[in-house]
Amino acid sequence: MSSFIEIRNLNKHYGAFAALTDIDLDIAEGEVVCVIGPSGSGKSTLIRCINLLESFSKESTILVDKIPVEPGKHLAQVRAEVGMVFQSFNLFPHMTVLRNIMLAPLRVRGLSEAKAEKKARELLDRVGIGEQAEKYPGQLSGGQQQRVAIARALAMEPRVLLFDEPTSALDPEMVGEVLDVMRDLAGTGVTMIVVTHEMGFARQVADRVIFMNGGKIVETGKPEVIFDAPKEPRTRDFLSAVLNH
Amino acid sequence: MDLLDTFFNVPILIRTFPMLMSGLWITIQIGATSIIAGLVLGLFLSLIRLYAAKPLVFIARIYIDIFRSIPLLVLLIVVYYALPFVGIRLSPFFSAVVALTLVSGAYTAEIFRAGIEAIPSGQFEASRALGLSYRHMMVDVVLPQAVKIVIPPLTNNCINVMKDTALASVVAMPDLLKQATQAQALAANPSPLIGAALIYLAFLWPLVALVSRFERHMGQRGAR
Repeated sequence: MSSFIEIRNLNKHYGAFAALTDIDLDIAEGEVVCVIGPSGSGKSTLIRCINLLESFSKESTILVDKIPVEPGKHLAQVRAEVGMVFQSFNLFPHMTVLRNIMLAPLRVRGLSEAKAEKKARELLDRVGIGEQAEKYPGQLSGGQQQRVAIARALAMEPRVLLFDEPTSALDPEMVGEVLDVMRDLAGTGVTMIVVTHEMGFARQVADRVIFMNGGKIVETGKPEVIFDAPKEPRTRDFLSAVLNH
Repeated sequence: MDLLDTFFNVPILIRTFPMLMSGLWITIQIGATSIIAGLVLGLFLSLIRLYAAKPLVFIARIYIDIFRSIPLLVLLIVVYYALPFVGIRLSPFFSAVVALTLVSGAYTAEIFRAGIEAIPSGQFEASRALGLSYRHMMVDVVLPQAVKIVIPPLTNNCINVMKDTALASVVAMPDLLKQATQAQALAANPSPLIGAALIYLAFLWPLVALVSRFERHMGQRGAR
């Protein structure tokens, strides 16, 4: 199996606290991986290492399409290939929805205004909010904002999309619309790594589920294995706690 | 009406009005130059203070603390009367501009720093995750948002600089205050001083009102 993302011996410490311990992980191109686990288990930290929003220890290596993730001139290349969607959307509040999506293609990819705008409008249609292009993020609902954030990440035509609890900050009635967009994306061949508490989504969409606890990968496998026949007691405890509340 | 003749002598005011106006023009020149130079210096200092290597951060902090502590009048007198002893001889205009800029830059740096620090970290993270360069992140994302936050305190600082230009009169700069004192001496009547005070008021009051409006506006927006 050729791995598109290769994580070797990933360690991260905050002072004496080990946030991530000896993580080894290979992800194939086009794979959809859901990362689950209790809060504080290192799920978010793990995916934030992939685009170096978090630094990690020097002995660790992460390769994205053979490019090492490290400070320096490769980093822009990696970040251009790796899109990210945040829990709190992080849209730029002083720009219209359209400019939010156009910014990185204009500045990083060097697209013309016309091309960037055409693409932004296509993406907005694709996430179902084409008519909101001229509004500001503050005028949209949470679900709409998160869909804009997904369109903004897609505008860079990334080969990997990282989702950091994309529905955790949403009102319950808006979770569905965002998950629908993500489900559609999963069918397009883009590699996705999704940190989530939405077990239904993970079961239905993921090619593979990773369960983390205490900064380690405890168990990994196909969703039907993880959800229906977990091997590790810790996985079982966690799943019974979240599925039977 | 002795009092009116003494403090508000209209013929004297009319006679000295051109002097006061030429003084106002110089006051505006000193103020505007210092404000613009102070803004550039302050932005530069705030970026060093926030993002540069440790030793540079330290230097920027020392600079900011020193120039916020030193009385402007003392600084101005040092620049104009002491520096010539080491061969640095600045004109009254440049002495005033240098002193005002050095101090205004220190205050502006702190204002910009607070503004940038008020931008949520998610804005920086989203910019970096999109692959924006540091320059684009600052120019397109962070500074436009920070500027909105810093406009009220920045306008306040501009008012202070404008008021402090009056200190330039002590280094023989013919600014509004200096012209007024000279006119007073010539006319042997204090009316020009009152005239100057009224001109300062007419000039700065609208700015003060503007700041109040900004602050009310920001307060409302913050409450939404």
